[in-house]
Amino acid sequence: MINILDCKITPELVASHGMKPEEYDQLLVMLNREPTITELGIFSVMWSEHCSYKSSRVLLKTLPTEGSCVIQGPGENAGVVDIGDGDCIVFKMESHNHPSYIEPFQGAATGVGGIMRDIFTMGARPIANLNALRFGDPKHPETRRLLSGVVAGIANYGNSVGVPTVGGETDFDSAYNNNILVNVMCIGLAKTEKIFYSAAKGTGLPVIYVGSKTGRDGIHGATMASKEFSFDSQEKLATVQVGDPFAEKLLIEACLELMAGDVILAIQDMGAAGLTSSTSEMADKGGVGIELNLDNVPQRESDMTAYEMMLSESQERMLMVLKPGCESSAEKIFKKWGLDFAIIGYTTDSDRLVVKHNGEVHADIPVAMLVKAAPLYKRPWIETSKPEFIPTSTISTPSNTIESLKLILSHPQGCSRRWIWEQYDHMVMGDTLSRPGGDAAVVRVHGRDKAVAACCDVTPRYVLADPYMGTKQAVAECWRNLISVGADPLAITNNLNFGSPERKDIMGQIVSSVSGMGEACRALDFPVVSGNVSLYNETENQAIPPTPTVGGLGVLRRIDHMVNLAFKEEGNVILLLGPETGHLNQSLYQQIIIGSLSGEPPPIDLLEERRTGDFVRKLINSKKVFAVHDVSDGGLLVSISEMSLAGGKGANLLEYNGNLSTQGVWFGEDQSRYIIEISSVDSHAIIKSAEEAGVKSRVIGHVCGLTLMVGNEKIALEELRMVHEKWFSEYMN
Amino acid sequence: MRAQIKISLKKDVLDPQGRAIKKALHQLGFSEISEVRQGKYFEVDIDDSLELMASKVVERMCQQLLANPVVETYSYELVD
Amino acid sequence: MNVCVIIFPGSNCDRDIKLALQKTAGFKVTMVWHGDSEVPKCDAIILPGGFSFGDYLRCGAIAARTPIMRCVVEKAKSGVPVLGVCNGFQILCELGLLPGSLMRNSRMLFVCRDVYLKVENTDTPFTGSFEKGDVISIPVAHHDGNFFAMQDTLNRLEGEGLVVLRYSDEAGAITSLANPNGAQRNIAGICSSNGRVVGMMPHPERACEMVLGNTDGKLFFKSLKSALTV
Repeated sequence: MINILDCKITPELVASHGMKPEEYDQLLVMLNREPTITELGIFSVMWSEHCSYKSSRVLLKTLPTEGSCVIQGPGENAGVVDIGDGDCIVFKMESHNHPSYIEPFQGAATGVGGIMRDIFTMGARPIANLNALRFGDPKHPETRRLLSGVVAGIANYGNSVGVPTVGGETDFDSAYNNNILVNVMCIGLAKTEKIFYSAAKGTGLPVIYVGSKTGRDGIHGATMASKEFSFDSQEKLATVQVGDPFAEKLLIEACLELMAGDVILAIQDMGAAGLTSSTSEMADKGGVGIELNLDNVPQRESDMTAYEMMLSESQERMLMVLKPGCESSAEKIFKKWGLDFAIIGYTTDSDRLVVKHNGEVHADIPVAMLVKAAPLYKRPWIETSKPEFIPTSTISTPSNTIESLKLILSHPQGCSRRWIWEQYDHMVMGDTLSRPGGDAAVVRVHGRDKAVAACCDVTPRYVLADPYMGTKQAVAECWRNLISVGADPLAITNNLNFGSPERKDIMGQIVSSVSGMGEACRALDFPVVSGNVSLYNETENQAIPPTPTVGGLGVLRRIDHMVNLAFKEEGNVILLLGPETGHLNQSLYQQIIIGSLSGEPPPIDLLEERRTGDFVRKLINSKKVFAVHDVSDGGLLVSISEMSLAGGKGANLLEYNGNLSTQGVWFGEDQSRYIIEISSVDSHAIIKSAEEAGVKSRVIGHVCGLTLMVGNEKIALEELRMVHEKWFSEYMN
Repeated sequence: MRAQIKISLKKDVLDPQGRAIKKALHQLGFSEISEVRQGKYFEVDIDDSLELMASKVVERMCQQLLANPVVETYSYELVD
Repeated sequence: MNVCVIIFPGSNCDRDIKLALQKTAGFKVTMVWHGDSEVPKCDAIILPGGFSFGDYLRCGAIAARTPIMRCVVEKAKSGVPVLGVCNGFQILCELGLLPGSLMRNSRMLFVCRDVYLKVENTDTPFTGSFEKGDVISIPVAHHDGNFFAMQDTLNRLEGEGLVVLRYSDEAGAITSLANPNGAQRNIAGICSSNGRVVGMMPHPERACEMVLGNTDGKLFFKSLKSALTV
């Protein structure tokens, strides 16, 4: 452990802080002297990829971040969107990939804790959590342990705090064997006139530390999250933080109680890079300096050094700037909840971050140097080569439709995720209107006749084949999922997970992916309001598939606008809306039935996407629709099976007699499509109005009995359910 | 002085955690393991002035809070 | 009529149950902080679900030893109806107001799902509006709901008819498949000898609105209303 005040700064020490020699040279020039060890630590985290976005900042600026609903875009703790009536939603997604690989339970748990703090820091009560998880091959010896640890960690933290975990997605792919992804999203509800920001404006104001005590945990978590893995990462175990959901629950209640009054000028959670990052950000945004006296920091262990305190990532801590004279009333609230409360510094007019400990100055750095002057890279890149176009007609396909359906539904990629979501308390708070397993989760705005919908989406195999098209698809699928529950899509958060940006091919994926995201967001009026970038997800040169996770948010202006995917009534017509080309390349069918992926991912026409989505939205609001489901992974027949299973009602599907390959029709993954259940009385008029709106439609069959019938093949719902539910619990047992 | 307190489940109480650990140990190849019981361990530092009363104090602590008499038993040692 | 809901640090179903009490039966609800020494004058007391004190040491153990609980015990002994839901049930067991203990679920996993329950005792203030043998559906959400008691205690509970709810299938059959947590004899809820203190793992407050899935939980609160009105 480094604890010497005048520790000599050697090239090795610089390298061990994850800082490049040229970056250190830049630092020496700017500082015009050698840094102290504490200063080196501070610079190393503030200039890390995780805090500075040095490889992605230039690209992220190209994303659309404005829209009529946007109150706060990227740059704060989380994004904020208006949902009317003086209510707003605060939301964001964040990764905890590396910590979760090293210690799955604590890594995932503290990920949930961290994202919730980002939300309630802004004055919002967290009302729902979601997550997007990627694991390695189920056959890999570590997968089971990582999966059960991550799920238990998320469950433990979210359930204890009493915030429902309402949805998400889980994928398996051997490319994640040594780099799992844990992306967590939190949604909070606030009043539009009561949003709190992090800019510490005004000098001579007390800087207050609240929450749990500071220990030695997580020192250098931010630099860890910015470096590639090697197999000796197990040794880094000491840097994993331990979460205390109980302390978080108390912190939420105490902060929200304090926020109900009018005493907080600025507030920021201590996340990655703890005290360093929170003080720098507050000072930078407020255009002030901060002087800290670390003697007053509540400490869990004795003899902590300035270096350790500035870099500690102990959880469940916050920093606030209060109106002068409000200290004692604020302290009373935190004491009531049994939390620490300490004045650890003041804002100054010096524009410098000054850190004192035991009567000595350990750091004295111009704030701008830490934040605005952080390195910025325009890294070289090469474009991902376009996948070969393979006409679907040339793919040879087995002809037994039900057999293929069973193989897909019982495959790790296609089976039910009940084993996971039954471990999440998805009902606490009493407002979960649509439970996990549907297209998007729906959570009521407490005490009101309206609700918000949320979902997480990305299909990494599409993005790998074509980062540009695949990312457009992720945004479009997210948009579609929100529409499928009756919501008006509002905005997204994102979590861009990639390998090392220092590799030209990976940087090429990032460039194309961000460009595809921007285009889709613009076309669908779906701005990006917050997000997170996680790079260096690779081990020994094996990078993850590019995984730009999209977290979408929508609003249901009235609760009775809500629909779900469950078939409702015998005899109703099942209608497919959207294009049909039988696109099997990069589909689950190709992966599972044919055995290997090839070709280009399904293309997206964003105008058609929008046209079809807007049509479905109108139809839902006119109350003519009994059930809606989008067509995604696995194609038409998988979607219909899910509707049958959710409703406990079978379907009689017409034999396909068109020009496309039959298997392409049932299992192709053409985009921009919905299946709707409508009454036979309305069907004629609906088909006609679809035609008038320029939306393709085709009658697929009707709701019928307790069997799924496809032409002359059939399967009983009970068998289908068993097939769908079997794999996960057997695998985890 | 320090009290080292062990809390364990009573003999006839089902211990699902112990059972899960046993299964995991078997899977790791420790086939010779026949039984695992999980318990809790506490270290409680006690003011030295209480020396004569220490065991009484520890007993009371165990009975009133640390152990659940319905399903658990306790044992302890006092060390300097 | 006034019902007190006791809040501990870590309680997280307090708001849900307050709303259920107000909406389904029109109760006045007073939220009481665990650090208070007195429970105000009231007609019934509820210990809500959650993770009081982080569930550290044992679920409910620390909450059971807070100052307010002495007053809860006194009121219970004087006949004030007390309902403990989930963590509240665990606290009642730790407190000794109910026998037995809630252990870690047999599958070691947290479980959140709708379960079927058979109502076996309708002589408590919280189940009077049910018919004996009714099968209802209510969600559970817990990590430690595996009811355990010594054989003689179990036999006494059965003998005196103190088992209030049992996990069952949709038809009311008591099967191991219907048991979400390994509870002995599928026990989901029990009551004290005088029937005034009831503990249950399932969450009736989560089943009081059709828009949330079902309304079978309402009758617990309506029962209380009727019991107090007589």
